[in-house]
Amino acid sequence: MIARWFHRKGWSDLVIGLPYAWLLIFFLIPFLIVVGMSFATRTSTAPPFGFGGENPLVNLAGYARLFSDTLYIRAFATSLVNAAGAMVLCLLIGYPMALGLTRVERGWRNILLMLVILPFWTSFLLRVYAWMGLMGSNSWFNKLLTAGWNWLVPQAWAVANVPLMHSNFAVVLVMVYTYLPFMILPLYANLERLDPTLDEAAMDLGSRPFAVFRDVTLPQSIPGIIAGGMLVFIPAAGELVIPTLVGDSSAPMIGRVISDEFSSARDWPMASAVAVALLILMVGPMMIYARFDARAQARERQG
Amino acid sequence: MKRSNTFLLTMLGFGFAFFYVPILSMIVYSFNASRLATVWGGFSTKWYGTLLTNAQVGKALTLSLEIAVISSTTATILGTMAGIALARFTKFRGRTLFSGLVTAPLIMPEVITGISSLIFFILMGQYLGWPAARGFTTVTLAHITFSMVFVTTIVQSRMLSADRAIEEAAMDLGARPWQVLRDVTLPVISPAILSGWLLAFTISMDDVVITNFTTGPGTTTLPILIWSKVKLGVTPDINALATLIVLTVGLCVLAAGVGMNRAERRAERDRRLAYRANE
Repeated sequence: MIARWFHRKGWSDLVIGLPYAWLLIFFLIPFLIVVGMSFATRTSTAPPFGFGGENPLVNLAGYARLFSDTLYIRAFATSLVNAAGAMVLCLLIGYPMALGLTRVERGWRNILLMLVILPFWTSFLLRVYAWMGLMGSNSWFNKLLTAGWNWLVPQAWAVANVPLMHSNFAVVLVMVYTYLPFMILPLYANLERLDPTLDEAAMDLGSRPFAVFRDVTLPQSIPGIIAGGMLVFIPAAGELVIPTLVGDSSAPMIGRVISDEFSSARDWPMASAVAVALLILMVGPMMIYARFDARAQARERQG
Repeated sequence: MKRSNTFLLTMLGFGFAFFYVPILSMIVYSFNASRLATVWGGFSTKWYGTLLTNAQVGKALTLSLEIAVISSTTATILGTMAGIALARFTKFRGRTLFSGLVTAPLIMPEVITGISSLIFFILMGQYLGWPAARGFTTVTLAHITFSMVFVTTIVQSRMLSADRAIEEAAMDLGARPWQVLRDVTLPVISPAILSGWLLAFTISMDDVVITNFTTGPGTTTLPILIWSKVKLGVTPDINALATLIVLTVGLCVLAAGVGMNRAERRAERDRRLAYRANE
């Protein structure tokens, strides 16, 4: 009804048109340029691309290189493995935390939720930086880890310090650190809505606590697990800051490859082809997320 | 049940330690007298002193604040319009594309958004003559684009959960559309608009990747300044700067959280009083 009112006054045209035009100009067109760029040919002109020569309009050389050059295959594999590792670790740490939050009394729960959200608002870059301070070979944290390692393993394996920085492990660790709230919050939202009487019923029928968790809580929390998992996986796979600061530069992740291809190598068509390939790879996880998200919202509206 | 609770609470404690120990360690080491950032050499506040005299940091902070205020305000206006449009107008031409355009920047890897904006600005400059160079304008335009969709998401979900009967009642009572918008709809969604603005502001103040691609020489925002230093390693003056930023943001967020909590409770109480008065 209000829509009709607005429509008669021409309000709707403005309210829809302005943000629509903005996103078309500053988001869609740049994106389409990148897609077009991926079919262009690299030239030594400025800007460094062109259409024509041996391959007018459509040059698939960039895409062909994705499959023939091991740099790209390895970068994609590293990204997928790191993102999947971060996702699994976030789930293993985040699930008990989210479940724990539902068991804490109300007043405390709001404070603790606030403490989960707080890092969200503080600078991403500085949270990565905080770990750089911990992982360096002279830091107290590294000395602690080294001491622990040397105490655990036989003397032959003893090390002077644990090589944390500039490794894929460091990338996964910092990703877990920065993306953990993305896992905890949807899981908590999901677990909080579960009916506690179901747990009690299962207990009354003689289930042990772990069996209750496995048969009652866990199956009901799958939408939360998927939402959290995708919210960690999707940004982690395209991450640039973390691998640049703490990663192994000889085994770069795909975000780093795109950036280097673009800035250092000045190969815009290749950078674009890698970017398009990354997006195609992410369509799958995105669709899974959208599907579960739509289902969860439909359920919420029902009751 | 008892034992499982103990396990969950232990995990919770472990998790919060994981969240906060790195930040606390960074804060402690910002008071380190030693030049070596990770080796303790006694207590000192000298790094804060060098920070205060560092003109570069002050300039970068001012620039970041300017860009953040302009971009988050514009993004809030555009994002709120888009949120209202998507929540209230169920049928218009190109709605599917529009809702896609509002979601896509949320999930697009930053490096791709950054590169596509940069290519776009370079080509625009080449063929249209504007923007002539990259700097303040291009960074602000890029920030508006990727932060407005966050505002849209927040406003849209608030609009969908708000009670439409109030708007319809206002119209039945003869209010004109713009009066309904001004007196009913906007006050109802104002908390969402405020959180949207805060989020857009924070995202802009925080952004490294997209700014790094769209900025030009001479336009160094605070995150870009930190980024260029951090790439070289951990230093005590960055520890001090980081501590100041983290503490400022932390206190602001806590204050905003407490304030919103209180406002919500007051609104809840008003609603209850209103219902009781009607009975």
